[in-house]
Amino acid sequence: MPLLEVNNLRTYFHTRNGIVRAVDGVSFSVEKGKTIGIVGESGSGKSVSCYSLLGLLPMPPGRIESGEAIFDKNTDLLSCGEKVLRTIRGKRIGMIFQDPMTSLNPYMRIADQIIEPLRLHMGMDKGSALKKAIHALDEVGIPEPDNRITMYPHEFSGGMRQRVMIAMALITNPEILIADEPTTALDVTIQKQILDLIKKRQQELGTAVIFITHDLAVISEICEDVNIMYAGRIIERASANELFANPRHAYTRSLLKSIPAHQTKGEKLYTIPGLPPDTSQTIPGCAFRERNQIGDQSKCLTDSRPEFKEIEPNHWAQNCPGCLS
Amino acid sequence: MTNQITDTEAGTSLWQDAWLRMRKNKIALASILVFTITCFFCFVIAWFCKDPNQVNLANKFSGPSSEHWIGTDALGRDLFSRILYGGQVSILVGLIATAVSVTIGIIYGALAGFFGGRVDAIMMRIVDTLFSIPFLMIVIVLQAVLSEWSRDTSAWIVTNLNWDKGFTDRITNVLPLFFALGLLGWLTLARIVRAQVQSLKEREFVEAATSLGLSKLTILFRHIIPNTLGPTVVYATLTVPGFIMYEATLSYLGLGVESPNSSWGILIKEGANYLETNPQLLIFPGIIFSITLFALNFLGDGLRDALDVRASKD
Amino acid sequence: MPRLPLLKTQRMPFLEIKNIKTHFQKKRGGLFSRTVDTVKAVDGVSIAIEKGEILGLVGESGCGKSTLSRTIMQLIPPTQGEVILENENLTNLNTEQVRQRRLDFQMIFQDPYASLNPRMTVWSTLKEALTTRHGNLNHEELERAVIALMERVGLDQKFMRKYPHEFSGGQRQRIAIARALAPEPKLIIADEPVSALDVSIQSQILNLLKDLVNDLGLTMLFISHDLSVVRYIADRIAVMYYGKIVETGEAESLMENPQHQYTKELLESVPKVLSTG
Repeated sequence: MPLLEVNNLRTYFHTRNGIVRAVDGVSFSVEKGKTIGIVGESGSGKSVSCYSLLGLLPMPPGRIESGEAIFDKNTDLLSCGEKVLRTIRGKRIGMIFQDPMTSLNPYMRIADQIIEPLRLHMGMDKGSALKKAIHALDEVGIPEPDNRITMYPHEFSGGMRQRVMIAMALITNPEILIADEPTTALDVTIQKQILDLIKKRQQELGTAVIFITHDLAVISEICEDVNIMYAGRIIERASANELFANPRHAYTRSLLKSIPAHQTKGEKLYTIPGLPPDTSQTIPGCAFRERNQIGDQSKCLTDSRPEFKEIEPNHWAQNCPGCLS
Repeated sequence: MTNQITDTEAGTSLWQDAWLRMRKNKIALASILVFTITCFFCFVIAWFCKDPNQVNLANKFSGPSSEHWIGTDALGRDLFSRILYGGQVSILVGLIATAVSVTIGIIYGALAGFFGGRVDAIMMRIVDTLFSIPFLMIVIVLQAVLSEWSRDTSAWIVTNLNWDKGFTDRITNVLPLFFALGLLGWLTLARIVRAQVQSLKEREFVEAATSLGLSKLTILFRHIIPNTLGPTVVYATLTVPGFIMYEATLSYLGLGVESPNSSWGILIKEGANYLETNPQLLIFPGIIFSITLFALNFLGDGLRDALDVRASKD
Repeated sequence: MPRLPLLKTQRMPFLEIKNIKTHFQKKRGGLFSRTVDTVKAVDGVSIAIEKGEILGLVGESGCGKSTLSRTIMQLIPPTQGEVILENENLTNLNTEQVRQRRLDFQMIFQDPYASLNPRMTVWSTLKEALTTRHGNLNHEELERAVIALMERVGLDQKFMRKYPHEFSGGQRQRIAIARALAPEPKLIIADEPVSALDVSIQSQILNLLKDLVNDLGLTMLFISHDLSVVRYIADRIAVMYYGKIVETGEAESLMENPQHQYTKELLESVPKVLSTG
């Protein structure tokens, strides 16, 4: 039984313009100690799926319409209630966010923020918590941690702040770490350091990682299994090696093709025409049909949603005849 | 290439967006309705009512009758009429003083914020100084200084422009009060607008406008100021009841509008004298006064909520 | 006697940036302030761009590339150095003269939402930009010109009366590009124009920019932190680090064979996608 098993999660937002089906039937599982990636563009639902798991969405207008998220065999995160969630959030499931400037409290010293989970979840006293915190900062590569721990967030650079966030998230030794676009706002050289750091700490602690990003290159560096999301659903899933070597769905293939690094200079860049679909409208058939240039648009399903099936061993995709190669 | 202009889709501006949001706020809508009705009564229905200054000592303190719908006051004047005419003054004071403050405040704050540096420093020190002057003192001084001027102006208008004396008197009588309120009411708004302009100045669309070679003043008035209007509108809507309160307070202290002019403040003051014997003289003006203030405050709140949720980025 | 063609070395570059330094004084105190520290955002940059060329400027955050772009655009005055456009020294001109020359160089910004006035429709924004160069057009001519601009950047004319918040990021960037093109400039500085966009939209905008440069004979300075994008679109690349240019070269050769240590580090840090089947 995997550490976390999400089944048929549907999160809708009831806005005055209609119902936005941000997550529309998503299922995935996370094994102990493994890294899975969730890739998608804005509006794909990748962040909302994970926020739903931890009850971090505003509820209205958000609402979990269906689904279960079984954590550690017996707790359904979606229905266990706020009290139980609070014992898991920050203690057994940690999270790091995209913008380290806004996810750290600018009015509190680093020390106070980083010992908070220790005192809250593990009941440690201030002295030992502080010692553990300094050690944690050292492990993420912050120089002179005993000095720096008394500083404020704005005295750190972006990359440093992200390291602090990682230290904070991992300090209670959680079983799962959810990383929501942690390197998107960082420079490329810092990004590499942070990715290496996440990999290293993960191996040392045996934490499972759910890595959310839009950057396929980052996913290929760090993840073992990859889920590609589009319009609120998972469109293809496979191991990283398999997915990049043998992408089957038209969207995945189009995405890979449009990466500038893969294109020859001088030729026009391959582009996916059009815009991602408006998730406040129901899409009767294949969600990618209108933009499907690389496959056979005429064969795309128009009145029934494609099923998510295992098309090859351990390789799943939405079974739309116009999209699958 | 087609030159034919096909149907363009209408856009929804941020104001329209805000209005759509406000339409859902029932209290705000009710407030608009209440305020509109009040204004209608005070400005339209009032014309058909009795003279509020008609003294009739034989009929003082009378109860509701077919002739005097709410009865009469200590001098036999029709209370209903006095409330409506009083409303004219109070509401006008609120609206006009706000209009003056807003205009001065926006221009002053925008110029200070936009030009920055020494200019800004000097301008804001002036604001700080004015802020520290006690408001009451200014009002008293202005009343003293301008009362003769207002009488002279009134006389001049009556002789040369042939306006009705009662009407003219009423207006010029209130002018010193307008001046006092307008003179000091713009200070907070200037600060608000200045802060907004300072942050807007750094925005990329302002850099783009500069790159197009537009003059500084064009940029200020076409690009920057329209984007400060959100908080300004909210502040203005909440200033109106503030000024109405001010006028009432001053009139209660005898420093505002003079008799025989009535305003809600004066009515409350007169009514307070007879609280034990004829409470209706205080209660009725008090109720209208409070309802109007409530309505304006709720309206301001509703506007702020509607404008707060700015159109989201993606 | 026929004139001899100029040798390549004698040709004047279209845009020449000579030893630009832009330093900021950090002041403390209000009315009577004093300088506390100096931030050397741009510390001696010299670049030359040929007409019709796309020069890519690569660097990480804090390296000064945005400050450099604003200095070239005459939005920030340089502490030292000269910006010479088509042989005219822009830094020497007074404010009025600069205002007149502004139509020749325009900028596209990173954040497509912040770079458009949220209270102006596409029509108003483009009309304003068009009338800078053509103040005398009547209403129909303006309308036709606006539609032509919108078509050129791939926007459906039916959106003419809509407001920025009603568009997606990629569409807003198209509006911004249209605005930059309206005064018929010769030089465009694109400051991270695709960084805020989704991957699938990035390629659309990059294609558009490349087409525009080719069709309209523009010269472009393309600033980005994303090496693969720059490699694709630029003819030459300059690498910026802490206010200075550390390496320049032809795009392909710089990427294949970087000389400077920092360039090598940059290239090594870029995550590589596993090769596709």
